[in-house]
Amino acid sequence: MARRFRHPTEDPTWAKALIVTVVLAFLGLVLILPLAAVFAEALRKGLGAALAAISDADALAAVRLTLITAAISVPFNALFGLCAAWAIAKHEFPGKSLLITLIDLPFSVSPVVAGLIYVLVFGLQGWFGERLIDHDIKIIFATPGIILATIFVTLPFVARELIPLMQEQGVSEEEAAVSMGASGLRTFWRVTAPNVRWGLLYGVLLCNARAMGEFGAVSVVSGHIRGLTNTMPLHVEILYNEYNFVAAFAVAALLCLLAVLTLVLKTALEAAQPAVRGRGH
Amino acid sequence: MTISIRSVEKQFGRYPALGGVSLEIAEGELLALLGPSGSGKTTLLRVIAGLEFPDSGQVLFDDQDVTFASAAARRVGFVFQQYALFKHMTVARNIAFGLDVRKGKDKPSKVEITRRVDELLKLVELDGLGGRSPSQLSGGQRQRVALSRALAVQPRVLLLDEPFGALDATVRKSLRKELRRVHDATGVTTIFVTHDQEEALELADRVAILNQGRIEQIGAPHEVHDQPVSPFVCGFVGEANRFEGTAAGGRFTSGPVILAAAGAADGAATAFVRPHDLVLDEAGFSARVARVAVQGPLAHVDAVLADGRRLEVTAARDDAGKFSGEVRLAARKVHVFPAG
Repeated sequence: MARRFRHPTEDPTWAKALIVTVVLAFLGLVLILPLAAVFAEALRKGLGAALAAISDADALAAVRLTLITAAISVPFNALFGLCAAWAIAKHEFPGKSLLITLIDLPFSVSPVVAGLIYVLVFGLQGWFGERLIDHDIKIIFATPGIILATIFVTLPFVARELIPLMQEQGVSEEEAAVSMGASGLRTFWRVTAPNVRWGLLYGVLLCNARAMGEFGAVSVVSGHIRGLTNTMPLHVEILYNEYNFVAAFAVAALLCLLAVLTLVLKTALEAAQPAVRGRGH
Repeated sequence: MTISIRSVEKQFGRYPALGGVSLEIAEGELLALLGPSGSGKTTLLRVIAGLEFPDSGQVLFDDQDVTFASAAARRVGFVFQQYALFKHMTVARNIAFGLDVRKGKDKPSKVEITRRVDELLKLVELDGLGGRSPSQLSGGQRQRVALSRALAVQPRVLLLDEPFGALDATVRKSLRKELRRVHDATGVTTIFVTHDQEEALELADRVAILNQGRIEQIGAPHEVHDQPVSPFVCGFVGEANRFEGTAAGGRFTSGPVILAAAGAADGAATAFVRPHDLVLDEAGFSARVARVAVQGPLAHVDAVLADGRRLEVTAARDDAGKFSGEVRLAARKVHVFPAG
């Protein structure tokens, strides 16, 4: 057999095999096995039991609350991310580096702390607690608190995705548009937005995945009232603590499916992107 | 349209980009802003475009003060260094952009816009490529699209920032001719920025040479080349051998080099001699020929002086044989500036 020459940067076969094995073993152990366990546990007493657990009134309420939370916090953070990235990437202003650091804060702060700060501000003993009670406004242990905590935790996703993209694109296309007489708003819609739409969509998907899955911050502000202030992750915990394993894992499996759906969408978008660019539209 | 720039100053932080620049550009003129990087040439172009506002001074279009008018209000055509074409639009949409964004009765009809786009594509010899995406074009073609997009709004002045900087040498040469042709066909006042003196001298009616935020000299290409007013201009425009020495009684001396320098003030001085102004002369100073390279009709001679300094001589190719061993050289023309 003819000797096959190895490319200078190519590793020997045994090294490749070793690396691939290590990666796969690791992934299998910490990712695929637990994921499979979730579905296995959910289906332990058959599909019927799992479906019954999901269609339980409290479970449905948790699903509804999770979807409402995501539906409000994701658009809010998409808008914020777009504004922040626009300001940071296309303009110079004092305090810019501070703003960049602040945007990352929710990533570095523990979610429990994120929840607690809202309790401190809006809770009964908090700064605005009495005034809120006077006006009969409930934030903590109610949906607004859950949404606020979720917004806090998912704040960086869209901005983080867009800032490097916009910085790389620079301002010359915008300058070109303005020099040809386009207004600021028109420049944004016709030039800036089309250039960042894929990054924006990607950021929104990640933001959405996290918004639906957030546990820590939401747990602090929720109050765990069944059928009222329980999101899906909180509902899973309650069911598990009640030794209702099938129901807990069934709701967990539903959460997993939502996450997998997000990833599939993301991958599909990435695959579609170059083709779309190639057509020039 | 004439453009007047009056003592314009501009600072970026503590870095002065323009330090009191004044300049008049005549109707229909093709002017080059030439200078090394950091000389303020691009800043000056952006101030004229309205993409940058000066700290002090005035910019006038005809008699109208546009110092703080927006880029859109000035009606300028700007060609960016990396072209800044809209990636997600076709070539035709790119060119039509400036007409598309007009409002109300100023906005031409669809038919009118299509006609105008076709006309411009023809002008830059890209007919039939209107449906392409910018990513499907070569560098030279993108440059042409950027040029016709800037012309679509019928600008009062066309401004180009390093228009040929990103292109390879062959394309650059042909596009230079193209820009000149388009300029002559449209008659639009045109200003372009370049660091390439050859490009400036070949293309422009007049050349303004910038250095450290100031205009050193402005004039026709042959003027700035033949009558440089400062050592900087002399060294930057065209090739030159530079000598540090002293002038005394109409003679400039620098080691073994002695040059006739009529009218030069006595004292320490810097002299420049263009390679093609050095000729064989029995009465001249001596040098040893190190190498002769023939290029087209010319012979480039590397010579070494007795003290080891090198100098360049350009001669006719037919005379290449005369340059060997020890030769004696004299300058037909010398530019002497007081040292300072």
